Amino acid sequence: METLWPQIERLLPQVTKPARYIGGELGAQAPEHRPDAVAWLLVYPDTYEIGLPNQGLQILYEVINERADALAERSYAPWVDMEAAMRAAGIPFFSLEHHLPARAFDVLAFNLSAELVYTNVLNLIDLAGIPVHAADRTADDPIVTAGGHCAFNPEPLADFVDCFVLGDGEEAVGEVTEVVAAWKNGRPVPGAPAGVDPSSREALLRALAQVAGVYVPSCYEAAYAPAGPGDPVPGALRLAATRPRYPETPERVEKRTIADLGEWPYPKRQLVPLIEVVHDRLNVELFRGCTRGCRFCQAGMITRPVRERPADQVRTMVMDGLARTGYDEVALTSLSSADYSGIETTVTSIIEDPSCSGQVSVSLPSLRVDAFTVGTAAQIQRVRRTGLTFAPEGGTWRMRQVINKLIREEDLYAAVDAAFSQGWRRVKLYFLIGLPTETDEDTLGIVALAKQCVEIGKRYHKGVTVTASVGGFVPKVQTPFQWFGQNTIEELTRKVHLLKDAARGVRGLTVRWHDPKATAAEGIASRGDRRTGAVIEHVWRHGGTFQEWSESFDLALWTDALAASGTTLEEAVYRHRTELEPLPWDHLSAGLHRDFLWQDWTDALAAHGLEDCRWTPCYDCGACTGFGIEHVVASAVPPAGGSQGTGQDLSTGGQVPVRFLATAPSGAPAAPGPRADAALAAGARRD
Amino acid sequence: MRIRFRFSKLGKVRFTSQRDVARMWERALRRAELPLAYTEGFSPRPQLSFGLALPTGCESLAEYVDVVLDDARPETADLDVDGLPARLSGMLPEGIEVQRAGVVERRATSLQQEVTSCSWAMSFRGLTRDELGARIDALLAAPSVTIVRERKGREEEDDLRPSVVSLAVVDGGGDRDVVDVVAELATQPRGVRPIELVRGLIAVAPAGGADATPDGAVGTGGIPVLDRACRTQQWIERDGTRWEPVEPQADPPDAARAVRALERAS
Repeated sequence: METLWPQIERLLPQVTKPARYIGGELGAQAPEHRPDAVAWLLVYPDTYEIGLPNQGLQILYEVINERADALAERSYAPWVDMEAAMRAAGIPFFSLEHHLPARAFDVLAFNLSAELVYTNVLNLIDLAGIPVHAADRTADDPIVTAGGHCAFNPEPLADFVDCFVLGDGEEAVGEVTEVVAAWKNGRPVPGAPAGVDPSSREALLRALAQVAGVYVPSCYEAAYAPAGPGDPVPGALRLAATRPRYPETPERVEKRTIADLGEWPYPKRQLVPLIEVVHDRLNVELFRGCTRGCRFCQAGMITRPVRERPADQVRTMVMDGLARTGYDEVALTSLSSADYSGIETTVTSIIEDPSCSGQVSVSLPSLRVDAFTVGTAAQIQRVRRTGLTFAPEGGTWRMRQVINKLIREEDLYAAVDAAFSQGWRRVKLYFLIGLPTETDEDTLGIVALAKQCVEIGKRYHKGVTVTASVGGFVPKVQTPFQWFGQNTIEELTRKVHLLKDAARGVRGLTVRWHDPKATAAEGIASRGDRRTGAVIEHVWRHGGTFQEWSESFDLALWTDALAASGTTLEEAVYRHRTELEPLPWDHLSAGLHRDFLWQDWTDALAAHGLEDCRWTPCYDCGACTGFGIEHVVASAVPPAGGSQGTGQDLSTGGQVPVRFLATAPSGAPAAPGPRADAALAAGARRD
Repeated sequence: MRIRFRFSKLGKVRFTSQRDVARMWERALRRAELPLAYTEGFSPRPQLSFGLALPTGCESLAEYVDVVLDDARPETADLDVDGLPARLSGMLPEGIEVQRAGVVERRATSLQQEVTSCSWAMSFRGLTRDELGARIDALLAAPSVTIVRERKGREEEDDLRPSVVSLAVVDGGGDRDVVDVVAELATQPRGVRPIELVRGLIAVAPAGGADATPDGAVGTGGIPVLDRACRTQQWIERDGTRWEPVEPQADPPDAARAVRALERAS
């Protein structure tokens, strides 16, 4: 295995940001390749600047390199200029540590954080010189695997990826390593089927399919049947079932969950890049999982239950990390960091540590919307107090009950007031449009809220700015909204114009929005079935890489690809799914009961909110009971205030009184379907 | 207290930018727990000032940074300045090595203003030693050499010739596919970048393949393509004598040693 560096070096003077390709970060390892060790190439299929900070990839990088039977290097997607130079010079996709060709590795593992990177995945497999179709690979080709949040609907990539890992990867990578190591060293492979050549790729894949949390698409068969009468898309061929092809293959793949985050204090040596990247700071994960129950949020649903890192370990990781890296900023990360038990004492002990000497700033991404949280933020962000971000997500209380983001207007205004009064000049608000049951009143509520925030700011400063950042909602799998038909491009565009018109002439208010066309393309992959693979391949073959970059995104590529596959946006994206319809991810589980999700969906349509289950009775979503573990929290009482920490009295929150429905127990019949379907027909879509 | 460091930038790390190097230094200084002085205001930053920017992709044996320490802190007075190069080199990325540190006047003139010229060791491919020698002769003989330079995002024409203090082939041909050159390029009123010298060498005798570009890897028919460039010295010249802002540890590296250093670092 010769390093490709001398050839790569010659290309670098011609390309933008050449340091993307040199490696050499603090914390980078130089693992020794041995014939018997399993070599992993961990790939983030986007640019270096986006991919390097990814904590999931960094955790696995360390966990694998600590093993005696494995090693890991990293790589990221070369930008288009570098890719062109590499293809012209005949240089394949390479690793950053030793600059080895990707084919020198046994496993190529992709991190899937977003759907629009899928065409990059195909491109990198191809650039590696590996057949793009899994079916065309032989025992000489590396295993192509993938994990991350998008792996919960792996079917659009089923043609191209040999196996997926669902859920936490810390333990699963070790088990996959053991199977691959046995196979490549000619030892008996645990789980290999009898009667199959043990050195074949099939034997390896069928053995991998028996590792908990590992999904091997080629071990399953998808069957299709025409849509029934009365279907909005008559005659459409729909998924009927996805079943195992082999007797030993499990019918359902359950995600992996590590029970105790305290046993996994990773990354221990966070990478410090030589060039500027996003989230360029020390990151320490406070906890995994979230029980807020925001219905649009896939991350919150698929990472349950809550597992907090012990406070002592957080402090140690922060102090050691700052000393080792030289960073002057640390982010305490999670899906809702202010919910961490004893967040105040933890951050206070960090900023008051003498070694920080007042020059270290602590940031809490994903701030909770309340004055209490801003108070904490003010206390910890003594330096560099520039902008604060809140995410009310919906413009009206009714809308926020539908999505279960139970923030009252008063909570938001108190938070914004606290922010402006304590020196912040810029406030950013995140909203979604195209949510289920959304009316124009809800959409316009976004501007009304933002305008009021500007007014509050004017009491304290002259030059305040409030930015309302508006994204189009894409329904995600394993959430209560997985049945919802996404808003059309036209409808989202109309709503964007409503917002722009309403915000015109308001000084200090800026509305930013995500391109509705890109939202539609994301929707194609988000809930697609195996047939979506042909669409992704078509887009890639027509030059559609880096589709999450607005300068590269081209909707025509996607609509052409849909047409070539004989389908439409109406069928793939805009259509509501029905209660009994088999879904392409039904054979995969994030631990959530399907009847819990349906119940939550009907609750959403009735605008019923649900309290945080950490401190209220269990709704039996399945995440805790299924894994035999419980939410790991250090405190048995909710943080200051009531549900979701915002101190609101739910019964007086809005025009619609909140009523908590009894959730159907596991095994009992779910709430009736027609109610939800009728509600949708009545008001969910206005296109 | 203000400390001036002399450091090298060799090997893969040459592909990082001047801004990147500044951030590497900030982190290394914090890791070394030096008593840094910070700027005032909402966004306090350590007070670092680098001299003339080194173009991304170029190497150097003579980079400088001035660091201001907080005189109010007791550690400042007790600081072992001579021990700093070894301490900091271990905290900077591979390829960046601190050679020497020295205390300078708190209000010393900035390097940007003080430095008058830089010496460079360069390697060219795409042409023979004789072909390159002929181009160099033509450039030195020309009264003026017009090239296009980028300045604040705009392209403008400029005369390169007055900025070329000296230029000569030192080695090349034979088994090696590169020709080595040493050059001294003026930095006032503004610095000449190696790539601009290449443009000058092309401008004096247009020849060769139409696809050749000064930045490109394609180089045929006698067009010089810059393979490596290394800044070997920065000079301050006043009243007929010249010196370096901080002398390197040993004798000043000659061109041949610079080239060997390049080879080692790659």
